[in-house]
Amino acid sequence: MQGKEPFFRRVPSPANIKIITSMDKLVIIGGGPAGLAAAVAACDAGVAANDILVLERDDSLGGILNQCIHAGFGLHLFGEELSGPEYAGRFIRQLRERGIPYVTDAMVLSLTPDRIVSYVSPKDGFVRLQASAVVLATGCRERTRGQIGIPGTRPAGVFTAGSAQRFVNIENRMPGSRVVILGSGDIGLIMARRLTLEGAKVECVAEVMNYCGGLARNVAQCLNDFDIPLYLSHTVTDIVGKKRVEGVKIAEVDENRNPIKSTEYYVPCDTLLLSVGLIPENEIAKSAGITLDRVTSGAVVDQNNQTSVPGVFACGNALQVHDLVDNVTLEAQNAGKSAAAYVSGSPAPSVCYKTAPADNVRYVVPQKIAAGGSGDIKLSFRVTGTVRGCETVVKCGGTELKRIKKRVVTPGEMESVTIKASDVKGDVTVAVEKK
Amino acid sequence: MTYDVIIIGAGITGAMTAYKLARCKLRTLVLEKGSDIASGATRANSAIVHAGYDAVPGTLKGKLGVDGSRQVGEIARRLNVPYKNCGSFVCAFDEKDEEHIKMLYDRGVANGVPDMRIIRGEKLFEMEPNLSRACTAALYAPSAGIVCPWTLATAVSEVASLNGADFVFNFAVSGVSENADGSLTVTDGKTGYSARYVVNAAGVGADKIVEGDIWPEGEDKPVRINPRRGEYVLLDSEMGGIARHTLFVCPSEKGKGILVSPTAHGNIIVGPNANEVSDPDDTSVTPEGIAEISAGARKIMPDINLRTAITQFAGVRPTPVCRSKDYCIVRSKKFPSRLLHAAGIESPGLASSPAVADYVVGILGEMGLELIPDPDFRDERPPVRRFKEMSDEEKRLAIASDPAWGRIICRCETITEGEIIDAIRRPLGARDLDGVKRRVRAGMGRCQGGFCSPRVTAILARELGADMYDITKKGPGSEILMRPSK
Repeated sequence: MQGKEPFFRRVPSPANIKIITSMDKLVIIGGGPAGLAAAVAACDAGVAANDILVLERDDSLGGILNQCIHAGFGLHLFGEELSGPEYAGRFIRQLRERGIPYVTDAMVLSLTPDRIVSYVSPKDGFVRLQASAVVLATGCRERTRGQIGIPGTRPAGVFTAGSAQRFVNIENRMPGSRVVILGSGDIGLIMARRLTLEGAKVECVAEVMNYCGGLARNVAQCLNDFDIPLYLSHTVTDIVGKKRVEGVKIAEVDENRNPIKSTEYYVPCDTLLLSVGLIPENEIAKSAGITLDRVTSGAVVDQNNQTSVPGVFACGNALQVHDLVDNVTLEAQNAGKSAAAYVSGSPAPSVCYKTAPADNVRYVVPQKIAAGGSGDIKLSFRVTGTVRGCETVVKCGGTELKRIKKRVVTPGEMESVTIKASDVKGDVTVAVEKK
Repeated sequence: MTYDVIIIGAGITGAMTAYKLARCKLRTLVLEKGSDIASGATRANSAIVHAGYDAVPGTLKGKLGVDGSRQVGEIARRLNVPYKNCGSFVCAFDEKDEEHIKMLYDRGVANGVPDMRIIRGEKLFEMEPNLSRACTAALYAPSAGIVCPWTLATAVSEVASLNGADFVFNFAVSGVSENADGSLTVTDGKTGYSARYVVNAAGVGADKIVEGDIWPEGEDKPVRINPRRGEYVLLDSEMGGIARHTLFVCPSEKGKGILVSPTAHGNIIVGPNANEVSDPDDTSVTPEGIAEISAGARKIMPDINLRTAITQFAGVRPTPVCRSKDYCIVRSKKFPSRLLHAAGIESPGLASSPAVADYVVGILGEMGLELIPDPDFRDERPPVRRFKEMSDEEKRLAIASDPAWGRIICRCETITEGEIIDAIRRPLGARDLDGVKRRVRAGMGRCQGGFCSPRVTAILARELGADMYDITKKGPGSEILMRPSK
């Protein structure tokens, strides 16, 4: 062979170990909305369908959308209100139309810095293969009781909102009848409505912060429409019940988020749902030695979604926790396109500028901008607190690249601003300035 | 039918006693209040195999600790129980502490603890790089270890079960009565089981089996068991490397002190505090307790990141209220020739347990139990295969022989459906979510069951031929699901 490096390279197995390496692919880890969009975009950018492989650890494609049976997906991308399974279905259809192979029940065990992927599935057994490029689309997981350290006993009846959602929407079984929800993340808000429609009594949603963690539209449609109170600056201070939850104690918190004892009161209930935040799943990224952002808990990427390990891309909730699946799709399409360019031999960027959060901004993704790029760069960010009457300001060195008026920004809603790649001549900062 | 021996309690003391008795031609029954083995103090403790220098020489604790500690290592290796001989440090921070560790050293020598030495200066930090620089010296006991306590109790129970011992769960003993032939009947108020000899290993409930009946020599009143709660914080395995040894501090006026230790599964455990509670089942954690533990941990290891906590829990220890502060392994006042109490087995009860069981069996022999070795006894349990620990080739073969081994159910701990099915089908297999969690660690990782608990619930229902509504977290009353959705 001459010239170009072979698209796929078989990995020599250690002596005495026979590992199946027959499937040599551009490997997309995760078959949820991010993985599906990345796969389709990579294919449309010129990678042969058969040279792509989507690995999904659940028994079907679609990811968490499969249990999100409520409407509201696709408003931005399709101008329609789709349910989660409908939204996923559109991309699954696109995947199938292109003949892109996928394996379900496939769990990736490790990824090396030189992109050797090991996965297991009941069908394929243990597989190790050399990928030309990898897209990490592994989604996120829910924060748990242990991570926020809720005191009290450890009975049945404490669920993360997502596992309760799975029980109700996939298994058709109710996890409780009298419910308190801690945390105002979107899944918690959605579940408040869902459980109410299923005949449960949702007593309240308590949120330790002084702002709502979820989208304003979900507060209106899931709580206000059902007279479910949202208590900001409140938290659960105790869980009572030995075998099953019998009740929880709720208290107001001070400005340091410490409970004010005198405000504590008891709410009888049999179920506590937790919607206290999402954490990008990056165990595989860690195994490959990919640099992670301490704030987002996702990979550090450039505008092409490329991580610190060349040829490995990250997108979707594994990169940063999104509010809207439409944005996941857009981000994943960019990652898929970039992965396609990488395998076709586009040179790696030599110089990278940094992006950094400035006033009122908590993080910016991408964290790096490869010099010499063209087209638009979308900078996503979240603010540290609610700001009314403000402007988003992007600066590069002393130069102001962009200034956009905003009526209000809140930490619960991801913001974005688009700049031109050709304008970036140095490190970039994003600030939200109060007017 | 009359059993030869009934053991009340399937904690580590009861389970080990059943394991030791299984070597003899005896019919043994274990009665357990909880829904599984190791439901009480054995469920939640520091998981330390103490070397044996703490106990006052001459006491039962002193006599049984060193032998028990050695035996735990042997049993763990034989029965494939997670165990690590990591060694322990008792850290001194001032002169008073240094006197204390010298005293412990002398006790250890008297108790027969092997290879102890006092470490000072730079050597300390070579051995334990993240140890507080305020530490001046430490008593190093290389024989100390860490073990998975519930796997140890489960493993020896499996062996006992395979050799003929019976186990009944969800049986809360309410009383013991004497039959005409001298045998005893142990009842929960509804059913009863009879045996020629009864061992009370009921942990925090031991003093309630026969009221006022635990009365060792030299005590002026019967021993009560005080439930003493200890709270813990468990850190993610990403913190795993921060401590190499089990690190104790010296006790002070404020209490026994908080330890930092690796666990047999690669996490870090921090705790416990000690608070007397009125309810022996009070395993709640408190904000004050967690704050106390966190402060204690930072004293030993200032750089420890407690934000990597994956869970907090509490265990209740059976502290005997007595002059000797020793284990109360004594014959009953009321049924002296039939009932033996093995009560007040608090720390180092886990490390002592095999020796405690030997001691209990010896006394049963003195009481008249015929200890005839059973030539058919087999000291083994069905092999435990852990997917995560397999080589790539073993993984390939495991999946080829059964595709369920290729389906990962618990993502965080990489636990396959094959392992979960095995945990359910084993002798004394898992019957609830916590049972699966303790046997194979599904749900024990950083997502704490967020992803896998619906799947494990479904597998349990399928394997047990039950409906998902019947599946519990930890026995009757802790059902996970309530009713169909509309």
